[in-house]
Amino acid sequence: MSKKITFFTLLCIVLLVIGLFIAVSAGAKTIPFQTVIDSIFAYDHTLDMQLIREVRIPRALSTLLVGGLLGMSGAMMQGVTRNPIAEPSLMGITQGATLAIAIGYAFPTFSGLFSTSAAAFIGALLSGLLVLIVTMQQARIVNISRLLLAGTALSTFFLSLASVIALLTNQSQNLAFWISGGFRSATWGSVEMLVIVGGICTLLGLLLAKRINIVNLGEDVAVGLGEKPMQVRFLTLLIIIPICSICVSVAGNIAFVGLIIPQIIRKLIGQNYRMILPLSFLLGGTLLVWSDILARLVAQPYETPIGLFTTLLGVPFFIWMVRKERSV
Amino acid sequence: MKKKTTIVMITLAIILVGVILLALSWGTYQMNPFEILQTFLGNGNKIQETTIFQLRLPRIGVALLVGFALSTAGCILQSITKNELAEPGIIGINAGAALAVVIVIATSTSAYYSTLGAFATYVMPIAGIAGALLAAIVIYSLSYQKGISPTRLILIGIGMNAGLNAIITLFQLTLSKGDYNQALTWISGSLWGSSWQFFWIIFPIVVIFIGWTILESRHLDVLDLGDELATGLGIKVERTRRKFLIFAVVLAAASTAVAGNIAFLGLLGPHLGRQLVGPVHQRLIPVAGLISATVIILADTLSRNIFSPIEIPVGITISIVGVPYFIYLMLKMKE
Repeated sequence: MSKKITFFTLLCIVLLVIGLFIAVSAGAKTIPFQTVIDSIFAYDHTLDMQLIREVRIPRALSTLLVGGLLGMSGAMMQGVTRNPIAEPSLMGITQGATLAIAIGYAFPTFSGLFSTSAAAFIGALLSGLLVLIVTMQQARIVNISRLLLAGTALSTFFLSLASVIALLTNQSQNLAFWISGGFRSATWGSVEMLVIVGGICTLLGLLLAKRINIVNLGEDVAVGLGEKPMQVRFLTLLIIIPICSICVSVAGNIAFVGLIIPQIIRKLIGQNYRMILPLSFLLGGTLLVWSDILARLVAQPYETPIGLFTTLLGVPFFIWMVRKERSV
Repeated sequence: MKKKTTIVMITLAIILVGVILLALSWGTYQMNPFEILQTFLGNGNKIQETTIFQLRLPRIGVALLVGFALSTAGCILQSITKNELAEPGIIGINAGAALAVVIVIATSTSAYYSTLGAFATYVMPIAGIAGALLAAIVIYSLSYQKGISPTRLILIGIGMNAGLNAIITLFQLTLSKGDYNQALTWISGSLWGSSWQFFWIIFPIVVIFIGWTILESRHLDVLDLGDELATGLGIKVERTRRKFLIFAVVLAAASTAVAGNIAFLGLLGPHLGRQLVGPVHQRLIPVAGLISATVIILADTLSRNIFSPIEIPVGITISIVGVPYFIYLMLKMKE
């Protein structure tokens, strides 16, 4: 068993490293490998090297971090709700953040990455609480279609309000880019924010993993073991909300990553969340780095929004999951 | 019971007429009820006649048809899926129609309605119906495993909806900014630019299929009783379900083709209707239709005027009202 995990981890790391190199060297302008290496170790102010240092590397790192954080937050959410389809973007949390960003855009004084993140944070917090009220009220009965319908309804609601604001301020195409997601505007600033916020949340998440394991055994067992499921759920949500808001403010709405990744990981290694969380991070990062490469290369020199990519990847997976599920 | 239904219907019809009067009079060009009456009698001046007959009346007519069509589709889907929250907008049928129409727009012109030829105008509803049928067939066959499980149908529908919307966005992003705003308006559901042409294109479809559904509404009532009981009463459950699914798809597609993707309208009418006259479809379908028509005409009037001269897509206005109601229903539903 542990051999399998080691092998899988190594495979992921190899794929990730290859992916990162391709992400940095390929693109609208393909830059030779040697220049990539040189721009890291022997920086010289040529245009190519500036492109690598200021655009491609921060972008690749942001992709990695966002993918990892999304994968991990999906895993945490599925763990505490015991619901295989729980995922921030399917439950309306991401869209709440998008709405807040749209409101921020309507008032230009609030521009810049920091205030965008702050706006996204407030939005994600409010919508997260709403989701909690609507869906976790009867935690004992985990009804998938109910959760999904509530999530769909809430996302429609938030996106409708966002569209009104966007139409009134003539920003609708900007909004569409937020909704469909992308790393066009990733900078070193985004990497810093991701590392700080994401790092803290990841640590907290890992500390919580043991308790998530217990809650995942079921309500009755958890209570019997002296655990307070509602408290764990609430703490988990508190960790997920900053993760969602930072991801949305860097990359817009990237759906389904948090759904697919933990499913695969759980298939491979079972129910131990202390292993699931880090591996979800790794696989999520790998997936997103490769998706971003595709998103940039499929219709060169234009960029296909990466969120659409992950959706088109996620929907067949989701349908396959539903068909497999015996209880529905 | 019969008497109550009559009273309810008459009351709703009066409210509908009131809302239509409001829609006729309120706008960039204001008219009072007396002027409207005069115009109808043929005594209006040129501006008044154009406003009423060329702009506002066709738009109200299309809204009326869309309201009835979506509400009936909602009634049918709620019976088929045995889920009170089902609705053509949520389970991906509208999105299928919308995708087909977007493809037609994208391939036949780079501009919008203004330059769309008559050919495209006629092709749009057909494309919409084809797209919606295709989406429905895919959803239906993906959820088929030794019969249809209602929950599976809804889950797969929601998944398909997400996928189809992603593809639509992909098309949208290739448009230029001006076109994009208009496409967004249309995709979010809008009656902007409705003309008599649209009205007459969908009128026969809507009337025929709603009529047909009401004629066979007993079968829908029996489906509500559950599969076993329905089989016991001599209904071929799977076949009946398929037939009504097609009705719902055609109705949803016809309205999507002219008015874009309007979600939640098919939910509001049937729900309020059920509370007023109960679940028997022969009474429910007309009552629900009246309610949905009133809602959409009122919402459209507000969408036109609140932020005038900017127009909010009516689908968005309906979502903003519809979602809180939807959530309220969910919280109320005990399992």
